Amino acid sequence: MDASKTVLLAHGSGGKLSQDLVRKMFVGELANETLSRLDDAACFSLNGGRLAFTTDSYVVSPIFFPGGDIGKLAVCGTVNDLATAGAAPKFLSLAFIIEEGLPLEDLARVVNSIKAASSEAGVCIVTGDTKVVNRGKADRLFINTSGVGIVPDGINISGCNAKPGDIVMLSGSIGDHGMAIMAQREGFNFKVPVESDCAPLNGMVTTMLEASKNIHVLRDPTRGGLATTLNEIAAQSNVGIDIDETKIPVKDAVGAACELLGFDPLYVANEGKMIAIVAPEDADKVLEAMRRNSYGSKASIIGEVVSGHPGRVVLKTALGARRIVDMLSGELLPRIC
Amino acid sequence: MKFATEFRDSALAKKLLDGIRRKSTRPANIMEFCGGHTVAIFRYGLRDLLPPHLKLLSGPGCPVCVTSTADLDKVMALARIPGVTITTFGDLIKVPASYGSLDRARAAGADVRTVYSTLDALDIARNNPGKKVVFVGIGFETTAPTVAAAILQADAEKLQNFSVISLHKVTPPVTRALLDAGEVKIQGIICPGHVSAIIGADAWYFIPGRYGIACAVSGFEPLDILHCVDMIIDQIESGAPRVQTAYSRAVRAEGNPQALAMLDRVFEVAPADWRGVGSIPESGLAIREEFAAHDAEKVFEIKLEREPREPAGCLCGEVIRAVKTPEDCKLFRKACTPENPVGPCMVSSEGSCAAYYHFAEAIG
Repeated sequence: MDASKTVLLAHGSGGKLSQDLVRKMFVGELANETLSRLDDAACFSLNGGRLAFTTDSYVVSPIFFPGGDIGKLAVCGTVNDLATAGAAPKFLSLAFIIEEGLPLEDLARVVNSIKAASSEAGVCIVTGDTKVVNRGKADRLFINTSGVGIVPDGINISGCNAKPGDIVMLSGSIGDHGMAIMAQREGFNFKVPVESDCAPLNGMVTTMLEASKNIHVLRDPTRGGLATTLNEIAAQSNVGIDIDETKIPVKDAVGAACELLGFDPLYVANEGKMIAIVAPEDADKVLEAMRRNSYGSKASIIGEVVSGHPGRVVLKTALGARRIVDMLSGELLPRIC
Repeated sequence: MKFATEFRDSALAKKLLDGIRRKSTRPANIMEFCGGHTVAIFRYGLRDLLPPHLKLLSGPGCPVCVTSTADLDKVMALARIPGVTITTFGDLIKVPASYGSLDRARAAGADVRTVYSTLDALDIARNNPGKKVVFVGIGFETTAPTVAAAILQADAEKLQNFSVISLHKVTPPVTRALLDAGEVKIQGIICPGHVSAIIGADAWYFIPGRYGIACAVSGFEPLDILHCVDMIIDQIESGAPRVQTAYSRAVRAEGNPQALAMLDRVFEVAPADWRGVGSIPESGLAIREEFAAHDAEKVFEIKLEREPREPAGCLCGEVIRAVKTPEDCKLFRKACTPENPVGPCMVSSEGSCAAYYHFAEAIG
C-alpha cells in the first residue's frame, strides 16, 4: 500500500491538511453554494424562513475531563456552531457509537451532562441513534450531533463577511480546553488545575445580536485554535487580519502548561470562546454585550481587519515587532528538547 | 505566568535594544546554536528589532534536523519489524526518511506512538509484555539524561521488552567542527540554554579561547536573548571575548553533576553522523555494553532494505551549517511545506525552515 495515499492523523487536526482534505475530497466533489461557504453551520431558506443546520462528531479522549465531558462537548459544540450563524438553536440529534464494555454508569453520566447542557442552551434533543461496536473498534464513546436553528430576519453572518476596518474581538482566554484535555490525557498534575471552557454560547450571541445588527462574522475557535480560525476567516473573506499579542488573554496556568510542552496557545483548542468581527461603529456596543454575559466577561478587542496582506493574519508581538501567524500545520506535538 | 512574563517585558526589551543600538558599531554575524532560540527569535520578531548590521544566523541546534537520513532509515526499519512498537517524541514522527516517515508508516499499520516522556514509553512496555517497545532516543545533552534514567529503570525492573535506539548527540564537538570548517564568518555565538544547564557554561570556553569568538549562554525568553546579544556586543566591541551567561537562573558553570553522572553511567561517547556535516568523532552517545539488553541496535538485527537516499535539491544540510538560509532553497514553500516536508528542517518545530515558513514571510 502506498502510505502517501492514506489518511494521516494530521488530516484530522483542524489545520492545513484538514482544510486540504475537505476542499479537495468533499467540497470538490459535492460543491454547492451553501457548502462552498465552509461556514460552521449552513444557512438556507425553507418555506420563507431562514434555517441554520450543522453537524459534528465528537471523539475526545478521555471522555471525562476537568470542566466537562463528551456529552457536554457534543451539545455545546453543535449549539455554538449554530450560534456562529446568528441562529437560535432549536433541535438537536444525537447519534452514539459505543464501544463494547463501556460501563453503563459512564454512559449515564454523559447523558446527564447532555441533559444539563441542552437545558442551559434551550435546545431539545428530538432524534437519535445508537450503535454498539466490538471492543477495540471505537475509543469508548463517539457522539455525532446535528442541530437546527432559526436565523432571525436581517441577520447575515458568515466567515465570508469580514471587511477592512472591522474590529476583531474575542470572548475570553484561549487554550483552556486543549490544555485541560492534554493535562488529563497525559496525566500532568498541574498545581493550578486547568479546566475546559466548554460552554453553550448561544445566550451570549443573542445578547450581542440585540446590541448590533452589524456583526459580520462569528466563529468559535475550536481545533487549530485562534490562529487557524482567524486564518480561515482571512481566507474566506480575502482580507488581512492584524492582532495584538498583548491583547489576547491567556490564563497563567494555561500559559505555563503551554510553555512546558512547547505549544503556542494561539493554536490550542477552545470549546467555549467566540470570535466576533464587527463593524467599527458598533464595536463598543457588542463588546459591552459580550461582557454582560458570564461566558464573555473577559471579552476584549484583539485586532482589526485590514485591506493589506489579504488571506494573512499578522501578529504585533509583545515587543512591538510584527510577524505572520500561520494556520496549524499537522498535529499539535510537544517539542523535543 | 510567573518566571515567563517577566522575561517578555516590552519596556525592559526596549531598554536592552536601545543599549545594543547605542553600543554596536560594527557588523557582526551572531549564530544561535539552538533551534529553540531560532523559534523564539522569530516568534517575538527579534531580527527586525536589532540593528540591520547585526545578523542572527540559525545554527545546527535542532536534534531532529541534524539526524542523518541513514539513522532515520534505521528507525523506519525497526518500525517494520513485526511486534515492535516505536515510541518517540512528537516531531520525529513526521520527518521524512529515505523512503517514508513514521506517520505514514503508522497509517500503513506500524505501531508508532507519540510520548511526552520516557516514562510513558516505559509504561507502554510494562503494559504490553507481548510487544517489543523501542524508544527513539533523539536529542542533545538536554534530553539524553532522561533516556539514561529510563534505561536504568528498565534495567532495574528487568524489563526485557524495552530498548532505545540511541541517536543522541553532544553539542561542543559539532560547534568545533563548524568553526574549524570556517564556512561562515561568525563573530558571536548564542550558546544553547537547556544543553548548558546540563553540561555547564564552562563547556564553551573553547569558543573564545580557541577561536576568539564572543559567546554567551541564553534562555528562551525574548529578554534572555536580548540580554545575551547585549553581552555578546559588549565582548565584540571591547575585543575581549569570553563565556558569559544570560541564563543564570538555570545554568551553572559546572552544569548538573547528577545528570552528567547518569549520562556517563549509561552512555559512552561515540562517533555520530550529523546531517549536512558528516561523521564527527566523539559527538554521539552510544549505550554502554552493560546495557546491551536495552540497546535496540544490539537487540534487533536492523536491516536497511535500500541505500539511504538524500532528497534531491534539499538544502537542509547547508541550512544547518548556516551556509544557506531556507529562502535560498528552491524547494522552500514550493515542493517543501510543513504538510509535505522534503527535509527535516521543515518538519521540526525547532527547524529553521519551519520557523522561516511560519513566521518570516514578508508581510505584504
